[in-house]
Amino acid sequence: MPPAIAGTAEAGEGPPPGVRGPVAWLRRNLFSNVFDTTLTLLLGAALLAVVPKLFAWAFLDSVWTAGDPAQCRDIAGACWAVIAEKHRVILFGTYRYDQQWRGVAVIALVVVLSGASMVRRLWPWPMAAAWLVAFPTVIVLMRGGVLGLVPVPTTEWGGLPLTIILFLGSVVGGLPLAVLLALGRRSKMPVIRALCVGFIEITRGVPLLTVLFMASMMMPLFLPASWTVDQVLRATLGMALFFAAYAAEIVRGGLQAIPRGQFEAAGSLGLGYWRTTLLIVLPQALRIVLPPLVSDIIRAFKNTSVVLILGLFDLLGATSAALSDPLWTNYYAEAYLVVAAIYFAFCYAMSRYGQSLERRLNARRNF
Amino acid sequence: MTPSRPTSGGPGSDIPPRKTAFGWNSPAVRAFAWQAVILGAVVALGAWFVWNALSALAARGIATGFGFLETPAGFDISESPIPFSPSDSYLRAYAVAVLNTVKVSVLAIVFATLLGTFVGIARLSTNWLVARCALLYVELFRNTPQLLQIVFWYVVISRLPRPRQALAPIDGVFFHNRGLNVAVPAADPLHLWMFAAFVAGCAGAWLLRRHARARGRLPRSLRTSLALVIGPPLLVWLAGGAPLAWDVPRLQGFNFRGGFVVNPEFLALMLGLSLYIAAFIAEIVRSGIQSVGRGQTEAARSLGLGRGQIYRLVVLPQALRVMVPPATNQYVSLTKNSTLGVAIGYPEIINIGNTTISQTGHTVEGIAMIMVFYLALSFAISGLMNLYNRRLGTA
Repeated sequence: MPPAIAGTAEAGEGPPPGVRGPVAWLRRNLFSNVFDTTLTLLLGAALLAVVPKLFAWAFLDSVWTAGDPAQCRDIAGACWAVIAEKHRVILFGTYRYDQQWRGVAVIALVVVLSGASMVRRLWPWPMAAAWLVAFPTVIVLMRGGVLGLVPVPTTEWGGLPLTIILFLGSVVGGLPLAVLLALGRRSKMPVIRALCVGFIEITRGVPLLTVLFMASMMMPLFLPASWTVDQVLRATLGMALFFAAYAAEIVRGGLQAIPRGQFEAAGSLGLGYWRTTLLIVLPQALRIVLPPLVSDIIRAFKNTSVVLILGLFDLLGATSAALSDPLWTNYYAEAYLVVAAIYFAFCYAMSRYGQSLERRLNARRNF
Repeated sequence: MTPSRPTSGGPGSDIPPRKTAFGWNSPAVRAFAWQAVILGAVVALGAWFVWNALSALAARGIATGFGFLETPAGFDISESPIPFSPSDSYLRAYAVAVLNTVKVSVLAIVFATLLGTFVGIARLSTNWLVARCALLYVELFRNTPQLLQIVFWYVVISRLPRPRQALAPIDGVFFHNRGLNVAVPAADPLHLWMFAAFVAGCAGAWLLRRHARARGRLPRSLRTSLALVIGPPLLVWLAGGAPLAWDVPRLQGFNFRGGFVVNPEFLALMLGLSLYIAAFIAEIVRSGIQSVGRGQTEAARSLGLGRGQIYRLVVLPQALRVMVPPATNQYVSLTKNSTLGVAIGYPEIINIGNTTISQTGHTVEGIAMIMVFYLALSFAISGLMNLYNRRLGTA
């Protein structure tokens, strides 16, 4: 390469002065015109007024040690002592105290599996299989009665493990049903189509709480008096049905996006309905709908908190129960903030994962 | 199954008679059989359920049917837009519950739309600080459960100072642990006339808009229509002697009397519903505005339109097309989420339904009435959406 050209290239490489660097960045992003500068100054002043106070409340003036609630009475800051004191109730509800390591194991299992799920190479089969195995493992761990574990009735289940069980139950149970419902809605058989449309539309038309009431209040009425169905199971069933109705519509969107040519090619290869569906259509359709499905799964996680109204002690329900202790009831804000942070951690991680999935799938779409 | 075809070609034709493929294993027969089996199973299961329920209710001595709706409810309702007393019927209690649900939902929808639009536009701001704050809002409120937020606001309100030490951020507004009292203009017969003038003004503005659109002169009519909406009520107020009396809340005993009263349950539910949905609305607004191509804005600017005009005349009409269907879904889901008010004791439809069920034992009827309300609402809204989409399609 001749030196003259190399010289001009070098000169052209750097941006003109005043485009890079912190000052230029500030000018471009915070003070580009009068309106912009006013906004920055106003918002900055508001943040300066609030953030140091919040910081002082949370860290400088706060009490962290468990024990006497009296130590929180005269302080200006947060009383994190309520967490130190009540974290066992908040995290595990009424689960028997000496067995709460099983709850820890459940949480650890799910967190580890979630971490492993971020590794792309493990998808789809190893991870799907792992989650399918994880669900019964979690149930066995909580229930006990085998492998020398003390049996614990579901009425004692609570806290984060219960939230996780409700969540896993609604997704693991709801997804297969959703696929069946979506296929049924696109079926050529009028009776099956009508049944699927009816179920999907009615379930989507009513609030989750109604579906849960159906499961918790009507189901015992509709079954013979001698059959008793466990309350946790009933709630999980209701959540799974609700999730399935919403997920079915998302899966249907994916099915509709598959071009006709795919069906025709499968038909010309001599594949029947089920083999076409399982080998050709579903793998492609599910891949397309993964991002919206992830946001529905996040919603399923947030929805588990509704079982509080049925009287179950999930993470939120257990927290409310813990705060009913008159000694600690004044420190609700601290407790709810910590619980909100736990929910946020799960939901935010899932939503970031969904976004990265979406970017990758958009790059690889072939039709 | 077996089509009635002529068994042979007509006279003079040499086409051989066609045989229809009929066998017990043909696809048509199998489809029919499958459907018959599934339908039979569903009907049998349903019948079994009903039989179980009827025998259980008979054993408990509970008559089925909606006759109980006429009997007195016997409970009081803390908040009711229409007069209600314990001697009123269950049907009236149900009506109160429906009205309460509608009241909190409509107000929360309005508030969520305003806040969501604001945050959505802030998300797109070129100002880094503004955009970051908007993003923080969206992520925080979207990723925590709706019920947690409602319960949190409820507890926050219940731990506010007592009415005696009420917080008064501006004159005439009092926040305290029994809710919120706001000073309002004292009731005056003139208000009815002002409202009538307002409705007439709106109708006039609408007619003017139609007229202007037909002539292709929309931009100028905005100021006129604003004047038409605000002017008539103002004129009526001035003509009526401009009454300026205020109904200011006054501390009486342990609580405030007078002014506009907002119960803590209502306030917490409204805040919880609207702050949560506003985060979703913000994302809808953001993606709606982003869906309008850059070329549109640039073309509008090259025509000499100002910033406001570009938004109002070019970006918004196109963005609305993308925004309205998902926003409607959020509104429906907000209305359904208002059932979570039962957790903090707001007398909405599930709350009243629950009380009714536990008092009378009419579980099936109680849940059916709740479902009918929400199904009617959902179907009405999806019908309206279809109508809207069809209008957009032809427009």
